[in-house]
Amino acid sequence: MHRIDCPWCGLRDQSEFVYQGDAGSRRPGEDAPEADFYAHVYVRENPKGWHREWWHHVGGCRLWIQVARNTLTHEIHATARAGERLPFPQSEGTPP
Amino acid sequence: MSRQSFRLASGGCIDRTRPLSFRFDGRAYGGFAGDTLASALLANGRHLFGRSFKYHRPRGCLTASSEEPNALVELRAGARREPNSRATMVELYNGLEARSQNRFPSLAFDLLGINQCFAPFLAAGFYYKTFMWPSGFWEPVYEKAIRRAAGLGRAPTLPDPDRYEHSHVHCDVLVVGGGAAGLAAALAAGQGGARVLLMEEMPWLGGCLSSDDSIDSMAAPDWIARTREKLAAMPEVTLKTRCAVFGLYDHNVCVALERVSDHLPQPPAHQPRQRLHIIRARKILLAAGAWERPLVFADNDRPGVMLASAMRRYVERFAVAPGRRIAFAANNDGVYAAALAMMRAGVGVSVVADARPEPSALSRQAMAKGLPVRHGALPRRAHGGQRVRALSLQTPDGTFLERVSCDAIGVSGGYSPNIALASQKGQPPQWREDILGFVPAGSDHDEPVSIGACRGVYDLSACLQDGYEAGAQAARECGFAAGALPPSPQAEQQEDGGMTALWHCPGKGKAFVDFQNDVTTADIQLAHREGYGAAEHLKRYTTLGMGTDQGRSANVNGLAVLAQARGEEMAQVGSTRHRPPAVPVAIGAFVGHARGRNFQPIRRTALHETHEKRGAIFVEAGHWLRPRYYPQAGEDMNAAIRREARQARESVGICDVSTLGKIDLFGKDVAEFLNRLYINGWSKLPVGKARYGVMLREDGMVFDDGTTARLGEEHYFMTTTTAKAAEVLAHMERYAQVEWPDMEAHFCSATEQWCAVSLAGPRSREVLAAAFGEALDVSDAALPFMGAREFSWDGMQTRVFRISFSGERAYEVHVPRGCGAEMWERLLAAGAAHGIVPYGTEALGVLRIEKGHIAAPEMDGRTTAVDVGLGGMMSTRKHCIGQTLAGREALREEERPILVGAKPVDRRQVLRGGAHFVNEVAGNGRIDSLGWISSVADSPALGCWIALGFLRNGRERLGERMFAWYPLREEMVEVEICHPVFFDPEGERCRG
Repeated sequence: MHRIDCPWCGLRDQSEFVYQGDAGSRRPGEDAPEADFYAHVYVRENPKGWHREWWHHVGGCRLWIQVARNTLTHEIHATARAGERLPFPQSEGTPP
Repeated sequence: MSRQSFRLASGGCIDRTRPLSFRFDGRAYGGFAGDTLASALLANGRHLFGRSFKYHRPRGCLTASSEEPNALVELRAGARREPNSRATMVELYNGLEARSQNRFPSLAFDLLGINQCFAPFLAAGFYYKTFMWPSGFWEPVYEKAIRRAAGLGRAPTLPDPDRYEHSHVHCDVLVVGGGAAGLAAALAAGQGGARVLLMEEMPWLGGCLSSDDSIDSMAAPDWIARTREKLAAMPEVTLKTRCAVFGLYDHNVCVALERVSDHLPQPPAHQPRQRLHIIRARKILLAAGAWERPLVFADNDRPGVMLASAMRRYVERFAVAPGRRIAFAANNDGVYAAALAMMRAGVGVSVVADARPEPSALSRQAMAKGLPVRHGALPRRAHGGQRVRALSLQTPDGTFLERVSCDAIGVSGGYSPNIALASQKGQPPQWREDILGFVPAGSDHDEPVSIGACRGVYDLSACLQDGYEAGAQAARECGFAAGALPPSPQAEQQEDGGMTALWHCPGKGKAFVDFQNDVTTADIQLAHREGYGAAEHLKRYTTLGMGTDQGRSANVNGLAVLAQARGEEMAQVGSTRHRPPAVPVAIGAFVGHARGRNFQPIRRTALHETHEKRGAIFVEAGHWLRPRYYPQAGEDMNAAIRREARQARESVGICDVSTLGKIDLFGKDVAEFLNRLYINGWSKLPVGKARYGVMLREDGMVFDDGTTARLGEEHYFMTTTTAKAAEVLAHMERYAQVEWPDMEAHFCSATEQWCAVSLAGPRSREVLAAAFGEALDVSDAALPFMGAREFSWDGMQTRVFRISFSGERAYEVHVPRGCGAEMWERLLAAGAAHGIVPYGTEALGVLRIEKGHIAAPEMDGRTTAVDVGLGGMMSTRKHCIGQTLAGREALREEERPILVGAKPVDRRQVLRGGAHFVNEVAGNGRIDSLGWISSVADSPALGCWIALGFLRNGRERLGERMFAWYPLREEMVEVEICHPVFFDPEGERCRG
């Protein structure tokens, strides 16, 4: 079980959060072509190593936060609010 | 009651003033408080505990501890019957009842012992090979036979009467194991004030410390008692015995099982049977010890063969002699402590066969004390059936030496550090040739830190030092600087004579590696020959290392036999990764209190009691309980539903719709936010009006629908479906926070704050007019179709929306939750003159299906707005979520199944949800499905069953006849395809 440092609430149990997928991909602008939306919705890196993720603090502040998590070791390097820069380890995995 | 003829006259940690009686296989025996079932049976001279898994060979107990592979018994009776209880872990209580397992008809005479003769057919992988053909035989014949012949005990068939608790614990330092290293670690960590939690699986502290050991110039039991007092005096230190940490998870979350009441006949009042601790520890110290390994030689599974350390524990802790004349066989110095303990207790030792060719310092001392030691001697075969009678010895090259008579054999093949928990956390096992064991790699720095025997430190003085230093370090890292600690506990350093590798003694006969799974050396060699030579493959193919003991006594021996077969070193073979749970855990402990009514939270609307009084039958809708229908005297479900639906169409009905998701939105950008959420446009919605909307997911599929009303310039009120309420809110939060944080659109859930009813039927306006009186004008001019008002109804803040799900003139009335019951009473009173009737979810469904309105079965995540017939709502003048991908080529295909209606041609026939639309069914049962039925209703308005469904080329097929095929009942119903709006297609009734 993970423990996640919510930037708003502090260190909380995983059971308060819902994993909401890859935070590496930004939603294309509304006029973007279908291919961009396709990539945004379906195409994922699935890295072994560091990964940017969205976690939704549903059992707490209800805010969406970014988490830099290692998919291999489950280590959490950093968390950040939506819109903030997420500190990301310079190693394997999705580049920041 | 038989005499405890193997009980020693003195000594042990048992309470001789408290004799206990118990029954095993119906026979009465005696024991003492402090015994385990195993020690008490041994005291009574019983070595035969059960029959083995596959070959039904007689088995005794191998160990005195948690890793017991053999002595599995069925404990207690009735609902508390527990199979596979390890007799070595069952603490004796008065009146205990246990039975041996896996024997028929009796333990001593087991008919299925004949399986031993079929051994050639039961080799590794026999499940995969033997029963492959004919395939039709598997279920009726093979499976039944195997289940009878093999297996481990019978699960109880009655509901578990006991309670289980979950406890959440936080600590600075968790120490797993209360042996010498663990106690030293807790002492050091606790002195600086750190919050220390020490958990020990056994009922006592001290691990394998013997009464003969000495620490700080005290006998070990005195040192343990003194240490316990010291720890008890530290307010932040907690000691838990009978508590096994079985799982290490991410971020230092550990899970432990505490056996609160298992040592009692049944749990005391208000006490759970077991407690699951979920521990968040800042530092974890593993002091989990090491397991002694048995030796692998012919017939090494005979009752009476026991680990040397277990024999020592039976003598020293339980004052039980494992036999009268004991033969030992070993490859290391550890055996001498056991043999000398026998000697001190007056138990005869017939031989100590030491595989090492040269004497060690300890073996010389032992010989000087008169032990008959024979160096360079290996066990060749254990003789005897239900109890060993003799041990044959041989030289390392297989030359017979002698046959020594004995009634028990103590074996020691060295030690395997208990790396289960470290391995769970991903610390790879690393082979150390000097100790012939796997230790966790990198355990000096990584979490968790292993200390003492579980990282291969076996000497007592080194263990104490190791634990003490690690404990102090862990406390320091948690910010507890203890200053100068008192010196670490001291013990005399022992010279270690080393060991010789002895994995498989030559000889004819079955040599068991895994006792619990009946895996022999031959099975492992066969698995290797058949290509299952990787450690993980070997485990799956032979079942080596599975079961309640998880191969603690078997794994390393098995891997060594594999390494020999592969002609490789142990380091290359490696070990399997351990997974939780490390010890057997009852399912009830995982479930905790979440069972029966407490399985999940139950949400009740403000009107729940009102519905109960009316005799409503409830249905679960997610966590909600909703009235399904309100039967009247003598009415069955179908009659009640028809009456409720008919009444709503003919006069007026009232339905609790409080479970709808409700969201209040505020801000100047809400209209634009709604434009992006819904496919239709919201810019022109005036204050005082509501609008129906459909949301898509980003992939273009329909997500949810509902209405949103504009109550003020910058105030909107949204309703969602009951099922998707939480998801819609999370979806909105994502887009508001992540994608469009600059928009001024603020919202929060108001589902729990409002009690809502739908008032539907031609007389609904009269009812409202009577109820509201002067408070609100409900004339069509003042409150037209899709009108929305917020007003004060005699002081009750009330929101009313003229919206219709039923197709009738209908109003949704929302009041604060606390006013719900009053609203209900007022509306019912006002409606009495019009024959108002409450209706449940079933009638609600009938009414909406008659109107062709979509609900969850139509919004199944695979349908687009076009598919459900709402494509025309999509505004092209603005962008919304899912719009781009909804336009994908495949989603625009003409052939896609779209929403249609269907009626049976023979109006008496029943339609079923899940049926397929087909033109015909070929003789071979294959079908060409044209679509499916999603919702059905027995419609009072139409006088027949009706269905909504999705049909390929549905638009062109209106009016066509085809079949609805329901293969589960082999039903074919001829249906006529029609427009999905069955009733009042022009919608005149709801507009009024």
